[in-house]
Formats: sequence, structure tokens, C-alpha cells
Amino acid sequence: MINKIIYKVFFKDCRENNLGLWQCPGFLFLMMGFINIASMLGVYVIVREYNVPELVVFSVSAVSVIIFSIGSSAINGFQQIAKANKMKSEFVSIASHQLKAPLSGMRWATDILLRDKNKCLSDKQAEYLKDIQENTSRMIRLINDLLDVSRIESGKMDIGLQTVDLSGILKTVIKELSSFALANNAELVVSVDKDLGSVKTDSIRIKMVMQNFIDNAIKYIGSENGIIKISLKNKGDEVVFTVEDNGSGIPEKDQKKIFDKFFRSGNIAKKQTIGTGLGLYIAKAAVESSNGSIGFESKEKKGSIFWFRLPARNS
Amino acid sequence: MDNKKKILVVEDEATLQKALNDVLVQEGYNVLSALDGMLGLDLALKEKPDLILLDVILPKMDGFEVLKKLRENDSQIPIIILTNLSDISDIQKALDLGATTYLVKADFHLDDVLKKIKETLSKN
Ligand SMILES: Nc1ncnc2c1ncn2[C@@H]1O[C@H](COP(=O)(O)OP(=O)(O)OP(=O)(O)O)[C@@H](O)[C@H]1O
Ligand SMILES: [Mg+2]
Repeated sequence: MINKIIYKVFFKDCRENNLGLWQCPGFLFLMMGFINIASMLGVYVIVREYNVPELVVFSVSAVSVIIFSIGSSAINGFQQIAKANKMKSEFVSIASHQLKAPLSGMRWATDILLRDKNKCLSDKQAEYLKDIQENTSRMIRLINDLLDVSRIESGKMDIGLQTVDLSGILKTVIKELSSFALANNAELVVSVDKDLGSVKTDSIRIKMVMQNFIDNAIKYIGSENGIIKISLKNKGDEVVFTVEDNGSGIPEKDQKKIFDKFFRSGNIAKKQTIGTGLGLYIAKAAVESSNGSIGFESKEKKGSIFWFRLPARNS
Repeated sequence: MDNKKKILVVEDEATLQKALNDVLVQEGYNVLSALDGMLGLDLALKEKPDLILLDVILPKMDGFEVLKKLRENDSQIPIIILTNLSDISDIQKALDLGATTYLVKADFHLDDVLKKIKETLSKN
């Protein structure tokens, strides 16, 4: 237990960043602490035993030099960790942009082949082209998610706050997901308050959040007759969006990790391989940077309810 | 008399250039293409298209520069920025320089791009 804590506090980051013991800031600070205490005691003993001022000056300077060199080594270690992190997010960002170009090409080329005006395809051909399109879309979504993660981590997830039409966005999202729901025997029941007040957020990001809530509810339905209740309600100075399902739910022990990056719960990860565990991590960042809050309740095998709240101004 | 609307496509990626070209011709537009920013700027000034689709990362002169030069030249042609840069700062920069709208290529299907083009043309 104590071993584990010591490891976590002093060594974990260094192990993850491939730093040796004598470059590891956590370890070096620990050593510095010990040396400090030992040298204090040493000086005390020297003064008491010998009473030679020169000896005191000498030993204090020697200790200072040691502490100074350990300190600069620690700073060096910090710099290396920072550099590694920066390189990682730069890599993600460059790779993502370079991947987006060919993927746009694939999307548009298949768009052309599937246009009404080019109806020269057999049903089978059209079907396979649609498969290519769907797979392309999945890759594009993954890249967008990775880009968002690197933005969140480098603190650059600025989002543009504008007045958005949440019910209009919800309508589009439901239209886009209706065939996915049908294919999974899930019924979508939607209720939207007439007057939602005016809400400020980023329309593209909030659309992704709504999409992911509903997509999750459908994906993790786990039963034959799923019912998914979706609602947008005006609660005075807030708008509340909820998605409630009667699906597989989330085991109690996994609940506190649900918003973690790349986390997927064990009960569904085996059954449903599609998904990277980024949706909710990004959703949390997006909702919180719009000054809102996000959360859920869930019971294994019974179902879950996910919600977010955004501040609203009533006209 | 030829009263077809004229659209200039400035895009260096061959597949995208071709796809945009085909779809716009199918829809009955007159299409001009440029594979780099310099040529794009030239064509824009000479041919006075009704609308420009402009990529940002381009050889010879980048899209922001082309946009800036065109607006400095007092040209009011609607310009749709079509790029894969999706940082808020890039979007803001394009709009500040006078772009009419901004589309992220990978996030849009061709039909959505077409819809935006029609919308923009009908407003001007
Ligand atoms: N409605 C739900 N019912 C049961 N489990 C859920 C539900 N919503 C989320 N979860 C759990 O939370 C995890 C994280 O969800 P999240 O949306 O972040 O990732 P994902 O759906 O696995 O992948 P993606 O990045 O494609 O969205 C899921 O893997 C699942 O274990
Ligand atoms: Mg998800």
C-alpha cells in the first residue's frame, strides 16, 4: 500500500516518460530532502564536537553544491517531461491534419459515385460504396476526437460561445441516428419544451455531445426492446438535456471512471467493439467550457440516464 | 449569352479539385480551377467569378494571403474557405480577413458544400 503511494507520487511520471532515476524530479526531491536533514544534523554534530568555524563553512558549502547540482538535474527532468508532452500533442495534430486530406478525398469521391445523377451502380456496388463511406466517416470522427483530446491537453480547446438553437440541433442529430436506432431495435421517444430560452455554447461541439449521448444509449442497449427517452427542458435559468435508456447500465465500480480518457466499461467493451472511450471525455470538456455541468446515474442491467445542464436566459 | 454562374475553385489536392469540379459542372455552373494561390489570385482578379472556393494550405501563396489581397483590391466576391484546418483561431482569422463562410472539408459531404454554395450565391 505505502509502496504503491510512494511509487505513484515519486516515480510514475518518470517511468511513463522513460526518465532514469537520476533524472527523475520526484526521486531527486526525495533525495534532496534526506540530504538536507542529514547535513543539518551533520553541521550540528560538527559544531558541537570540534567548534572550528572553518569546518562549518566548508561543510555547509559542500552540501550547498550537492543540493544545487541535484536541483538542476531535477529541473532538467521537468523540462524533458514537458518536451515529451509537447512533442506528443504536436505529433497528434500534424498526423491528424495530414490524414484529413486523403479522407476528405475518399469521402467526396464516394459522394460523387453515390449521387442520384450517377445512377449506374448495381445495388451491390452501391452497398459496398456505402460501407466505404461509413468507414471513412468513422475514421474522420476518430481523428476529430484525437484532435480534440490534444487540444484539451494543451489547454487550447477554446470554444466559440454563440447563441444556439438546441432543439434544431437535436432534430438533426435524431434524423442522423434514426436508422442506427432502427437497426438496433431501439425506439427513440423525444420531448422538447416549446420555449427553451437562449443558450450560449459552441454549436458543433454541443451537437457532438448530444450525438454521443444518444449514440451510446443505442450502442449499449443490450436488450431486444430498447426505449430511449430524450428530452430538452427549460428549468428556469438552465436548459437540461437528458437521455435515458433501459440498456446494459454501468457497473458500480466503473462509474467514477466514465469520463476518463479512453475509458470503456468492462461490461460492454467485449460485446461492443466500436468505440474509443473518448466521447464522454470530450463531452465533459465541451460542456464545462460552456459553463455547464454534466453527469449521469446508472444501474447495471437496468439502464442509465445521462444529462447536461447549460445556463439559459429567458426572454 | 452565357448566364451561368462562374465559380473559381482554388485547391491543390487533385482528388478534391476533381470532385468539386465534377459536381459543380453537373449542377450547371461554369467552373474555373487553380492549383496554387498565385494563379488563384490572378484568375480571381481577371475573370471576376461569382464565387470563390478557397483552400488555405496552398503552394506559392496561402489562402489567407489570397483572401487578404482580394479584399485589399476592393473585391466583394463571396469567398468560401474550404480547408481542413479546424482550430478556432484559424476560423477566426479567415472571418476577420473577410471570408464569407468557413467549411472544414472532412466534416462536410459534397451535397452540404453544394448547399452552402447555393445559399451564398442567393444572398449576393
Ligand atoms: N448509455 C450507456 N449505457 C451503458 N454504458 C454506457 C452508456 N454511455 C456510456 N457508457 C459507458 O461509458 C463508456 C465511455 O463512453 P464514451 O462515449 O466516452 O466512449 P465510447 O462510446 O466507448 O467510444 P466513443 O469515443 O466512440 O464515444 C462506454 O464505453 C461505456 O462503457
Ligand atoms: Mg460514445
